Amino acid sequence: MIEIKNIIKTYQTGDEPFNALNGVSFKINDGEFVAIMGPSGSGKSTLMHILGALDNPTSGTYYLDGKDVSTLSDDELADIRKDKVGFVFQSFNLLPRTTVLRNVMLPLIYDGVREEEREKRARASLFASGLDEAHFAHLSNQLSGGQIQRVAIARALVNNPTLILADEPTGNLDTKTGEIVLGTFQKLNKEQGRTIILITHEPDVAEHADRIITIRDGLIISDNNLHAKKVIKNI
Amino acid sequence: MKTKDILQETFMALRGNKVRSGLTMLGIVIGIASVIAMTAIGTGAQNSISSSIQSIGANLIVVSPGAPRGVGQQVNQGRGSAKTLTIEDANALTSLNSVEAVAPEVSGRYQVTAKGTNTNTTIDGVTSSYPTVRNLQIDQGDFISDQQNSSGAKVAVIGPTVQADLFGEGADVIGQIIRIKGIQFKIIGLTKTKGGSGFQNPDDMIYIPLTTAQRYFSGDQYVTSISVSAVSAEATATVQADITSTLLTRHNLDGASADFSTMNQADIISTASSVTGTFTTLLAAVAGISLVVGGIGIMNMMLTTVTERTREIGLRKAIGAKRRDINRQFLIEAVVLTFIGGVIGVLLGWGISLGVTVLGILQAQVSLSSVFLAFGVSALIGIVFGYYPAQRASKLNPIEALRYE
Ligand SMILES: Nc1ncnc2c1ncn2[C@@H]1O[C@H](COP(=O)(O)OP(=O)(O)OP(=O)(O)O)[C@@H](O)[C@H]1O
Ligand SMILES: [Mg+2]
Repeated sequence: MIEIKNIIKTYQTGDEPFNALNGVSFKINDGEFVAIMGPSGSGKSTLMHILGALDNPTSGTYYLDGKDVSTLSDDELADIRKDKVGFVFQSFNLLPRTTVLRNVMLPLIYDGVREEEREKRARASLFASGLDEAHFAHLSNQLSGGQIQRVAIARALVNNPTLILADEPTGNLDTKTGEIVLGTFQKLNKEQGRTIILITHEPDVAEHADRIITIRDGLIISDNNLHAKKVIKNI
Repeated sequence: MKTKDILQETFMALRGNKVRSGLTMLGIVIGIASVIAMTAIGTGAQNSISSSIQSIGANLIVVSPGAPRGVGQQVNQGRGSAKTLTIEDANALTSLNSVEAVAPEVSGRYQVTAKGTNTNTTIDGVTSSYPTVRNLQIDQGDFISDQQNSSGAKVAVIGPTVQADLFGEGADVIGQIIRIKGIQFKIIGLTKTKGGSGFQNPDDMIYIPLTTAQRYFSGDQYVTSISVSAVSAEATATVQADITSTLLTRHNLDGASADFSTMNQADIISTASSVTGTFTTLLAAVAGISLVVGGIGIMNMMLTTVTERTREIGLRKAIGAKRRDINRQFLIEAVVLTFIGGVIGVLLGWGISLGVTVLGILQAQVSLSSVFLAFGVSALIGIVFGYYPAQRASKLNPIEALRYE
């Protein structure tokens, strides 16, 4: 379960401090599928980094599964990212000059998974995100934008995270492949109970979630349950 | 993260930038190779110098006229040097305990001619004991006898270099006539090749009877040096002390005003090896500096790598890499780089030493300790110069690293 209270993130740009997040509070239960919407620069990526234990808020508290994240050491934060969180970054961040398969296996190396097991899981993950097997041995810089996106998704899924944080995961995909990827997220959510937080500009994409949180200028301006019944049932 | 995985990542990273990895490694290769080759050549030089000094004669003590000077300035021959030692002094030393033989000599450089050829070389007036004291061997004919000495015969024994200069290499010289300062001498013997000794070439010498040299060349009763050989190495020190006291008594002097000086072979060897030792250290130090420069090259490359791979480091952290994982990865990358460079450097240094030996320049000696030292140093350089870049990589903030352009 995620619970944030009054999160503020201040960046020191130039002379004046700037609040990218200006007091954000919410609760997300295990197994929810939440979309975070908002215009460009509203603080969505900043929020995602904090939720993924990748960045610290300037002030406010963050409880992840009952633990106060701000009190954890660097190594404990690394463990959270390794075991619980799967990121799909807005800019993907694949390792250049490295094969697709190796990119996807990377999180498993840090997890100490055995070598044969790694490849098996990486392949399964790549199939689930809809990448054609023909590309598995390609170098990451030989792929199209959409293919890179699917590799990034596969990498986020490979360590079976309970929390998947995806920043514009369908931004580069055509409607059809976008649907496939969103379908994958829905399946992971409905069948395996993974918590999914999806960041997007597009209302069409947000529709796939059960709850939409909209932020603007670092503040929540709306928080709607699309399938009220289902969410209530989950609580 | 397992060691095997780190090594795999390391080799992929190094292979990803072959030219740069190779050039950086070259710095270490050159550093290690020069340390190995320089110490091998230095040790070889040291050995060859002490063995050639050894060949001058066993357990040798040289008495020279003139007040004692600093070690290493003793051997001073020819005109202008003090005249204090006589044949009688030499004879007096013969009766000392543990003395094997005593060889006084009178030497100088003169023009020598033979049938249309000429040369300028050292003429040494000696007695029959000279070959024993100086380890000299006769190839053809005989050495100067006591009779020839007492009669002041005009006979000469020449070295192979003189033979080559005057008559041609391998020419028959026994019975031939040479002129030294215009005076005729008959050649009665030829010495065996001995090789350079560091002071003077014993092959480029003409030996004549001591009395003859005094009568025709120096014109007085003095000698230019007295060589004494002790019966054993252990006896050398005692003999040296006995020589000093005997000569002081004979000259009616006390220790402070001695008009001669003595020097034993151990002194000469230690002087020479301290010189070559300094030389070796100097060579090794210069080579060592190139090793440090190589190390800085490693550091430079690692820092560039860390900067270039900032996003990669951020990503690795984002998917769960801990500080120590990142730290180890970059440190091992530096160590692997220097270690491979070290291995190639050792092989190259060994090859250079071998080449120097095979080409006959010098008997270079690669010591096992310098090889181990080189390996140790190269690994150490990897750790020392890789440490800072690795630390820097591991401390990167993941978010800032991911945003790095
Ligand atoms: N490291 C930083 N230093 C300074 N300012 C930053 C930094 N990171 C983000 N910001 C600022 O914080 C604000 C929120 O950025 P964020 O990346 O969260 O926006 P976003 O909602 O994800 O936008 P987009 O939809 O374009 O991705 C922006 O105005 C941005 O300029
Ligand atoms: Mg963003």
